[in-house]
Parts: sequence; structure tokens; C-alpha cells
Amino acid sequence: MKSLQTLGRKAWIQAATTVMAASLTLGAGSALAAGGALHPHEPKEGFSSSGVLGTYDQAQLQRGYKVYREVCAACHSMKLISFRNLGEKDGPFYDPKYKNPNENPVVKQIASEFEVPTIDSETGDVITRKATTSDAFPSPFANPEAAAASNGGAVPPDLSVITKARHGGASYVYSLLTGYKAPPAGLKIAEGQHYNPYFPGDLSSAWSGDHKHVPAGGVLAMAPPLSAGQVTFDDGRESTLSNQAADVAAFLEWAGEPKAILRKKTGVAVLAYLLLFFGLTYASYRMVWRGKH
Amino acid sequence: MSDHQSTYVPKTGFEKWLDSRLPIVRLAYDSFVDYPTPKNLNYWWTFGGILSVCLAIQIITGIILAMHYTPHVDYAFNSVERIMRDVNYGWLIRYVHANGASMFFFAVYIHMLRGLYYGSYKAPREVLWILGCIIFFLMIATAFMGYVLPWGQMSFHGAVVITNLIGSIPLIGGPILTWLQGGFAVDQATLNRFFSLHYLLPFVIAGVVILHIWALHVAGQNNPAGVEIKSKEDTVAFTPYATVKDGVAIIVFLFLFSVFVFFMPNALGHADNYIPANPLVTPAHIVPEWYLLPFYAILRAIPDKFGGVIAMFGSIAVIFALPWLDTSKVKSMRYRPVMRWFFVIFVIVCLGLGWCGAQLPDAQVIPGLPSFTLFDGQLNSYLWLTRLFTIYYFVFFLLIMPWIGLKEEPLPVPASISEAVLAEHNKKKG
Repeated sequence: MKSLQTLGRKAWIQAATTVMAASLTLGAGSALAAGGALHPHEPKEGFSSSGVLGTYDQAQLQRGYKVYREVCAACHSMKLISFRNLGEKDGPFYDPKYKNPNENPVVKQIASEFEVPTIDSETGDVITRKATTSDAFPSPFANPEAAAASNGGAVPPDLSVITKARHGGASYVYSLLTGYKAPPAGLKIAEGQHYNPYFPGDLSSAWSGDHKHVPAGGVLAMAPPLSAGQVTFDDGRESTLSNQAADVAAFLEWAGEPKAILRKKTGVAVLAYLLLFFGLTYASYRMVWRGKH
Repeated sequence: MSDHQSTYVPKTGFEKWLDSRLPIVRLAYDSFVDYPTPKNLNYWWTFGGILSVCLAIQIITGIILAMHYTPHVDYAFNSVERIMRDVNYGWLIRYVHANGASMFFFAVYIHMLRGLYYGSYKAPREVLWILGCIIFFLMIATAFMGYVLPWGQMSFHGAVVITNLIGSIPLIGGPILTWLQGGFAVDQATLNRFFSLHYLLPFVIAGVVILHIWALHVAGQNNPAGVEIKSKEDTVAFTPYATVKDGVAIIVFLFLFSVFVFFMPNALGHADNYIPANPLVTPAHIVPEWYLLPFYAILRAIPDKFGGVIAMFGSIAVIFALPWLDTSKVKSMRYRPVMRWFFVIFVIVCLGLGWCGAQLPDAQVIPGLPSFTLFDGQLNSYLWLTRLFTIYYFVFFLLIMPWIGLKEEPLPVPASISEAVLAEHNKKKG
């Protein structure tokens, strides 16, 4: 019991839930790990949202949004995110003064910087208008065909739920963005392709070395998108590759599940309630069954 | 029990009026208040109540989800995300529903294994058992179709793999497959009918559950001693005794449920299902949800596709026949010293099949161990481990059950439930 207490509540809940998940998934995880890619890792400072009580660092989300907007958004859509989401509780530009995110001046300002297509109600012509807070992020390409044509045949995936759609979540995004390196000698990389040890794939057909030691990872059409100094952070944070990647990964983690913090907070209350309810019910059980066993 | 006389006395004028017209209060009173339950039931018996809670949760959350979900190939994926983002507490409703399926199966497997261990399928409970098997089969169908609805990559390709199994039936398979899919491929028609059936089947399940409980109340509950109720001494009233015990178990179960819903809602799912369905891109590794992995493993164990389908359906069909495969007169494995070990192996084999179902068949079980080719695969591969487990699965039901029942020398069975309780009480006191 003493060792459990010293472990700390957070670590204990994490350990317990991990064990339960592991036993329930029957080891499905081991098979589902990406095909020979390196295991994704967090940035050195970690993600503030991880753990039972972790929350987002709002400044980081704002920087992450900037990285997305200035770099990623050139190719990647985020169709499920609307400007108003940016100002919702736990979001990058949430301001307690504006419970209704549509009234948040920062959000309104950001939306107004974009143009979205619409139909002229008089003529029926396709025109553009200033975006409003209720509009979704405009996509960089009109359709998947246009996206493929501009990106060497590969459609850049929509990033709305990317952290839920990849094993490792935000850690995967961070590892991929910082993990590009020169391919090992003996690995043939086609033109327009880039080697990344964190990208799931199978390189055995492109590998001319020892077939027992095929390099981990895969090739993808995306060139290394970030580099040191590429995005200037308004809050003075040093614009290293790692910082940019960590910030945008945190932003994408938020975008993938904007309600995650509310979910965890609700969970703590629910578990506390159940614990109390259990105590009462168990006491009733002992009382009712006294002498019957 | 059938010979149990109703002790319900209508108190108010309205109750008297209603009782002579529709004795529904009497039915509820006799079934859930005064109903005599064996007093030696352990916590393994609380899973019936837990399963009712699971069904209720799935139906309630499901009805709300259906209000917001769009069964269309172009909108289904986004509508699910919309529920998570823009519907009030939609994230909670959807996560409860998705994890609820896992919890439902977790509970049903324990419920079934409890029935297996304590011989709850034996006379006079054969119909009760078969109704339970029907519920289980309907659950599999419902869960499979529900998993298709978000129209992610795993939804789509899972639907393709599983519906195509039907196509392997000689002669009639092709036309049935087209009829089932509503076209020549898994597409809009498939999604729409799966949604329709996914909404319908839970109510069919609820109907069979009523029959299941009816049959239970006619035959009476089995119990850990496996001897029938002989006198009033053997029983306690359902309320408060069983109600409060079920309550304790349900709360513990909800605790586990909540840990998943609130802190690891996607741990039991697959990341690929957050990628919108794309018929042109096949995921590297198509796997069903964890609760169907054992059956998926059996399917893949057979080299012939149609043979695999027969084995998979056979593995469920054999459970239906269990009451007639077990030849032992003793119900509870507490008093079956040989059979209980085969039971333990059976549980390990089922977990093993689940493990194998998640692996690539060609992957090595023990990495680096020298191996040789046996027929169509390396011996040190999940293919052969799965086959070994599959053989045990069927041998357990078809050979061990009938044979051990005839050969085994059971331990002395207590004369009554009261005697069993007393013996245990004395043992505890030492």
C-alpha cells in the first residue's frame, strides 16, 4: 500500500488504466504498431495535455495555429475545424470574457482575413466573400484531384483528426516532423519521395543491403516542411525545428478533440461520484446480507 | 419459479383496479422483488444485471446518436465528428456508445464462461441457454454493423472482408452477396441498410432478453453448487438481496467503463478508423474489434475460404449444442475435478485465439526460433498456433465434453444449497 501511495495519483491511474487496456485489447497493439517504423516519442518537455489532469498550454496552441496557418495550410486542409472553434473553451484563442466564441474579437479578426466561395444571390455567379466565425477553415485545393496534381500525385491528408488517425497521436506528428534524415546507403529513394524513419511503410523492396536489417520507416511525398527560423513566434519562443513541431503537434491534438479537457474533467467527477456511490451501496450490501451468508 | 405462488397484495384502490385488468405490477413484483434467488450466488452471477444495464445504455445512447448521424457515404464520417464537436455532450454519448460495445462483450463473455463453468446450460435450462446464444449471435451482428457506420477505413474494409465471406458459399454465395450488399460492392446501399439493421437488431435483442429472463424465471437460477432449490431455506428474496449485490457489481463495472470513456476512449478502437473510408486504399492490416478477434482467428486458420466460414459459424453453432454435448450429471465444475482443468485451458485458448486474431498469420510466434514448413506455413507462425488453438476449441466441445462427462469421477455434491453454504461457512471459520 505504501508504494502505491508514493507513486502518486496521476501515475497510479495511468498505470492502472494502461494495464486494463492492455489486457482488454489482448495485445492487439503489438500487431498494430506501424510496420517497422520507429516508435514515436514526445518532445523533451512533453505535452502539457497528456495525463489525467493535463490541460492545453494556450500560448502553445496559438503558436501551433500559426505554424499550421503559415506552413501546413499551404497543402493540408482542416475541413472539420471552424474559426469559431478557435475561441471555444480550451481552444487557442478562448477568452473568458467572450463565452460565445462568435463574439471573440481575435476569432472574428482571424476569420475576416480569409475569403470563402459563395453564390451571388442576384446572379447565381460563384463569387467570394469575407469568412465569418462560423465558416470552416478554407481548403488549399478545390478537390482531391487538384491536391494530387500539385503534390506529385499524393493527396495531403486532412489534418482535422490526424492525431486520432495515427498511432502515437501528437507524438507521431512531432516525431515525423523532426525525424527526416538522409536515407542510409543502400536505400533507393525515388524522385519526389523523402525518407522518414517514423513514417509507416515497408522499405524491403527499395533496400539493397542485408535483407534482415531493412531500415525502419518509409517514404512519403512530403518534403521536410519545417526548419529552424521558419515561423516567427510572437511570444519570443525560439523558433527551432523542435519547438515548431511540438507546437503544431499540440495544436493538432487540440483540433482532433477540442472537448478532450472537458472529457477528462468530467471523468474525474464521474469517478469520484461512482466511488462514493460504491461506498454507500457496499455498506448497504453488508447491512442487508448480515447473517444471511 | 413456476411453482412459486404470487405473494403480491395490491394495496391502493388503483392497484386493485389495475391488477384485475392487467396484472403488470404483480408481474414486476413477482419477478424482481419477491422472486426467490439461491442464496449462494457469487459475483459471477451479477453479470446478467450488468448486461441489462449495457443493453439499456447502448439503446439510449444509440437513439440519440441516430438523431444526429447521417447514413451516407459522403457524410457519415463527418457527421460522427460533428456529433463529437457540436452536439451538446455528443462526445460523451458517442464515446459511451463506442466503448459500450466493448464493455457489453466483456460482460457477455464473462456471463457465458460463468454459465459454462457452473453448467447453467443443463436441464432444465437448455432453452434458457439457447436464447442466450441467440442474443450473443445477434450482438455480434449488431456490433459488426455498428462498426461500419462511422465509415472509416476499418469500417469500410472490414465490411468488405466480412460480407465477401458470404460470396465464398458455392453456387448461391454470389447472388446472396449482391443481395446483402445491395449492389456489386460495399457502397451507399450497404451503409444505409446496415444503419437500418443496426437500429432494428437491438430491439430484437431486447425481445429475446425478455424471453431469456422468462425462461430463467421458469427454470429458476442455477447456482455455484449446481444443485436445484429444494426449500425456502435455500433462497433469499430478489429484493433487497440480489438487487443490492447486483448494484455493487454494476457500480464497479461502471467505474471500469468510465475509465475507458473518459481517459482512454480510443484505446479499444483502431486509429485507421479515423481515416475516412477510401475503397482505393486498403489498410495494411485489417482487423476487427477485439471482441471478434477469436472468431476472426478461427476464420483464418482454415486454408480454404469457405471452410473458414464454416469453421467460424461452426464455432458459434457448437455453443448452441452444448446442453447435449455435456454428458455429465453434475452441473458445477466445482465438483468436476478433471473437467475444470479442461475449462481453464479452454479460457486460455479463447484468449490465445483473440491474440492470434490480431497478428499477421505469417509472423513468427517466437522470433528467431528455427522452424520448418508444415504444409502451407512455417510451424513457428501464428498460422499454426491459431490452428492448434482452433483444434482445441472444437475438441473441447465435441470430444472432451462428452467423453470426460462419462469417464470422470465427480466429487460428492452437496445435498442442498443450504448445506453447501453451511459447509463453506465452516471452512471459512476453520
